[in-house]
Amino acid sequence: MGLLSRGQRHGYDLKRDHDHRFPAARPLAFGQVYTTLERLYRQGLVEPLAVQRVDGPDRRVFRLTEAGGRDLDDWLAAVEPPAPHVANPLASKVTVALLVGDEARASDYLRRQRAAHLERMRAYTRTKTDPAASLHEVLAADYALAHLDADLRWMESALERVTTLKEELDR
Amino acid sequence: MNTATPHTQPTVEPRAHPPVITARSLVYSYDRTPALRGISLEVGRGEILAVTGASGSGKSTLLLCLAGVLAPDAGEVGFGDQPIGTASEAARSRLRRTRFGVLVQFGQLVPELTAVENVALPLLLAGRRRAAAVTAARTWLDRFGVADLAGTRPPDMSGGQSQRVAVARALVTEPEVLFADEPTGALDALAGEQVMAQLVRVAREAGTTVVLVTHDARVAAYGDRELVMRDGALDAGAVVEVSAAGGGAR
Repeated sequence: MGLLSRGQRHGYDLKRDHDHRFPAARPLAFGQVYTTLERLYRQGLVEPLAVQRVDGPDRRVFRLTEAGGRDLDDWLAAVEPPAPHVANPLASKVTVALLVGDEARASDYLRRQRAAHLERMRAYTRTKTDPAASLHEVLAADYALAHLDADLRWMESALERVTTLKEELDR
Repeated sequence: MNTATPHTQPTVEPRAHPPVITARSLVYSYDRTPALRGISLEVGRGEILAVTGASGSGKSTLLLCLAGVLAPDAGEVGFGDQPIGTASEAARSRLRRTRFGVLVQFGQLVPELTAVENVALPLLLAGRRRAAAVTAARTWLDRFGVADLAGTRPPDMSGGQSQRVAVARALVTEPEVLFADEPTGALDALAGEQVMAQLVRVAREAGTTVVLVTHDARVAAYGDRELVMRDGALDAGAVVEVSAAGGGAR
């Protein structure tokens, strides 16, 4: 609906806009675009206009309804609940490594995981410093970098505490 | 001479880069507190190497030994086939003026001098004529996007501006190796990123080798390779090899 707020579009345009503006997201499948438009139409949030034919198949153009505009405003005004990220697969692996092994096994895992995280951070850094990168791509890379960095900080802290954690688990 | 015992550690070597800096079994202590416990490593020509670790892990001491600022208590540092660690202070100082660049967290610009005078200073100390030094300094200020600050003194600059001038000063002699210790540590995230992106771009264009000490993984991610230090030793388990997709000089 956000993409439709800039004017009427057909499904192909919406897919192209989405993939361009949200480079970190998985590219939209055409089928997903049309099923979403169908659902929004049933909810009265978008409405179909004329069928366009430009260098290809017929394409139905959609626009946002007034109700759709209000729904979009409500969504934009709502604050997303800060994700608690309580399900930490890295922590689970450290705990299991300590249960089946010892501090060395958990530390070895953490060091290798840290290296893998930093390798991924290097890839995102290359993406964002590419002179051809769009601001969308830079911001998407920044988001990923910030989250990977948070994981890394947790890993550093876990490495420092792995002996204490082992003692606690063995009690 | 200290009595710290070097730990047996593997030499951590770069891939695909002939070494320009070599360290073998480096030991250094502050009074009786060991800071380096037998570190061996190689830095490849044109490589950007990030050295990370917690505060007190010895990473800044390692940088100072590699740059010839500190003479190690034991072990050897080499620049190509030239020994640094056992060289005289005068020889090490000459090396730092002519072949190395050193950049620290707060830039250490001379507050009484303008930006262009600060950047020209290493060239003047190396014997370059004033007009040529100033012209080169202006070119380097321009490369870092701060040409308009040429006549400004450091107290009138922001942290980011001041650090860009400091990076220009560290690179104006076109050093073969740049040693940078927390080069963005005093900057906010965006200014830090801009300084790092420019520093890395210019270093790659010039083929300058960079040894970068940082506690910040986001800064380390600008490098081709990372070495992690813990308690004065390299954490060999955390070594990250240069990836096939790495952006380093080849």
